[in-house]
Amino acid sequence: MRLLVWLPAALLCLSTAVSAQTATAVPTPKPFEDSIAQRSLACTHCHGAQGRAAPDGYYPRLAGKPAGYLYNQLLNFRDGRRHYGLMTQLLEPLSDGYLLEIAQHFAALDLPYPAALPAAGSRELVERGRVLVMQGDASRQLPACVQCHGQRMTGVLPNVPGLLGLPRDYLNAQMGAWRAGKRRAHAPDCMAQVALRMSPDDIQAVSVWLASQPVPSDSKPAERLAAVAGLPVCGTAAITASATSATSAKTGVAR
Amino acid sequence: MKTPQTLLRKRPALRVLFLSLATLVLVLVSALVWTGWRQGGGDEIVKTTLPDLSSPALLERGAYVARAGNCMGCHSDKGGAPFAGGRAIQTPFGAVFASNLTPDPTHGLGGWSASDFWRAMHHGRSKDGRMLYPVFPYPNYTQVSRDDSDALFAFLQSLPPASQANRKHELRWPFSTQPALAVWRALYFSPTPFVPEPAQSADWNRGAYLVQGLGHCAACHASRNALGGSSPLDLAGGLIPMQNWYAPSLNSPAEAGVSRWPQDHVVALLKTGTSPSGSVQGPMAEVVVHSTQHLLDSDLRAMAVFLQALPERASDIERAPVTRTQLSKSGGQLYDKHCAQCHGESGQGVPNAYPALAGNRAVNLASTVNLVQVVLHGGYPPATAGNPRPYGMPPYVMDLNDKETASVLSYIRGSWGNQAAEVTAVDVNQARQRSGR
Repeated sequence: MRLLVWLPAALLCLSTAVSAQTATAVPTPKPFEDSIAQRSLACTHCHGAQGRAAPDGYYPRLAGKPAGYLYNQLLNFRDGRRHYGLMTQLLEPLSDGYLLEIAQHFAALDLPYPAALPAAGSRELVERGRVLVMQGDASRQLPACVQCHGQRMTGVLPNVPGLLGLPRDYLNAQMGAWRAGKRRAHAPDCMAQVALRMSPDDIQAVSVWLASQPVPSDSKPAERLAAVAGLPVCGTAAITASATSATSAKTGVAR
Repeated sequence: MKTPQTLLRKRPALRVLFLSLATLVLVLVSALVWTGWRQGGGDEIVKTTLPDLSSPALLERGAYVARAGNCMGCHSDKGGAPFAGGRAIQTPFGAVFASNLTPDPTHGLGGWSASDFWRAMHHGRSKDGRMLYPVFPYPNYTQVSRDDSDALFAFLQSLPPASQANRKHELRWPFSTQPALAVWRALYFSPTPFVPEPAQSADWNRGAYLVQGLGHCAACHASRNALGGSSPLDLAGGLIPMQNWYAPSLNSPAEAGVSRWPQDHVVALLKTGTSPSGSVQGPMAEVVVHSTQHLLDSDLRAMAVFLQALPERASDIERAPVTRTQLSKSGGQLYDKHCAQCHGESGQGVPNAYPALAGNRAVNLASTVNLVQVVLHGGYPPATAGNPRPYGMPPYVMDLNDKETASVLSYIRGSWGNQAAEVTAVDVNQARQRSGR
């Protein structure tokens, strides 16, 4: 399983090694500051400066994702619903309140996205991906991605992530993990149900098409979903009063 | 060629010797099994006056005892129902799965009485008399008082029942057998109540009870022999089996001994995970998160009194001055590139954020496993009420290979007054293999 996850990342590393070398010229060290950015250097080390995503195509972007989504993922890693040893070990001693603050920090960053790469697949595959994303496949009870992730695919507040600006390998790995039960969300876990109805070819098609789409200039998540009947209710972590009160107390100290 | 069999056939004297030796071993093992089997059979278990399990004061005390004993640290699985068990504890003999402590009648302690529970805590035996594996730290819990045991039982019985079946342990033969446990118990365990030391203060005695009994610090901070045996009172440090972290000696001022610390720093470390004299990481961060940060200041102070009075014992570092080869240039370059931004150009750190590496005890430990863990996997000190927003260390497992990790650690261990032995690429590789990355 680990190999399945790493292999695409490793291959992509090879292909992007040349550009990565120029991109990672040693930055001048910033002086120490008492800030949440400084406190979360452990995150940006892998996820790229300010959480813009790393050049290796495996560590996803954090900047600008909905805070609720990021918070849920932090809890999922810490509490064993998602599996990645490095993340789990880092988050193990951290509290709900602090994780919420870290999530809100990255969610509030508004940074430009890099240009999308050309689609790496046959015309049929790419077209199939577009159709699945935009229309789904009613005959197999596959909803369109845009039904939940927003018509502009930039996500929906507070908990639904955007689908653009993510590397193909990352998208493949996540949908594969969902199918294999290695990635889970709070019950009811809608995405697990959707992923189980997708074939490996569907996943490939969707990932290839999504990864080739440019991110719109307004990349912010939608405020709310257009009302569509019959959408599933998806599970999420409750943001507890103790977590929020702890956060406001803490940010009060920092600012 | 002379096989052992032909030797025995041809030499009757050898044969007699062999048979007598075999008989002796058999008799000894049987005696150990017999001793272990009888031990803690428990005539004194039944108590005539049983507590009212629903008393709010008792429940509150029980919840506190559970914190001090860090029961959920093992008996809750990641993301699972609290106290429902299921977490695997890896040992050199195989995996032991923590049991369900909720009052579920089928899978938990639903059918247990306070006396059954006391038998487990004090005698290390289950309700049906079966000997328990000492992964459950009953060599320490045997010191827990009957009143605390009853309170803890009352608290556990008040939890919502979780119908989660216990998982069968995955231990290798012969460790999976009751006779093996009987031998182990004969060698390393006898049910012993905590007896206060009249010459010592009330604080010292309370601290001894918490450190040696309920808090079971020795479960990690002691070395174990090949049979997993150790003294429940030994706190001289040891490698935690399978976790690949070294729990430093609480006796040695060069390791984690606190005899020369201001008392407030000891209390702060246990309460917040950090103090001006040092901070915790790794398995101890979990202990602070789940257990010690929730304890009363008076209890933390008692623990500090006891820990500070532990006899000082020299550690390997003090005994053996190391000779070093010249510091590598590449180690210094790697330090400047990856570490200096936070830990400072001279390893001075940033107060209240990043630990100084110059003169840092954790940096100079003879065992290098913790350092390798921290560099490869990064980590945060625990987020506690007293230190709610800790600064973190990034993982370098994707940036540094074995040789580079060894090189930069050797540089740190030989700079700014540090005088610890070099770290080799083999050390790093072994740590990496064991953690599977």
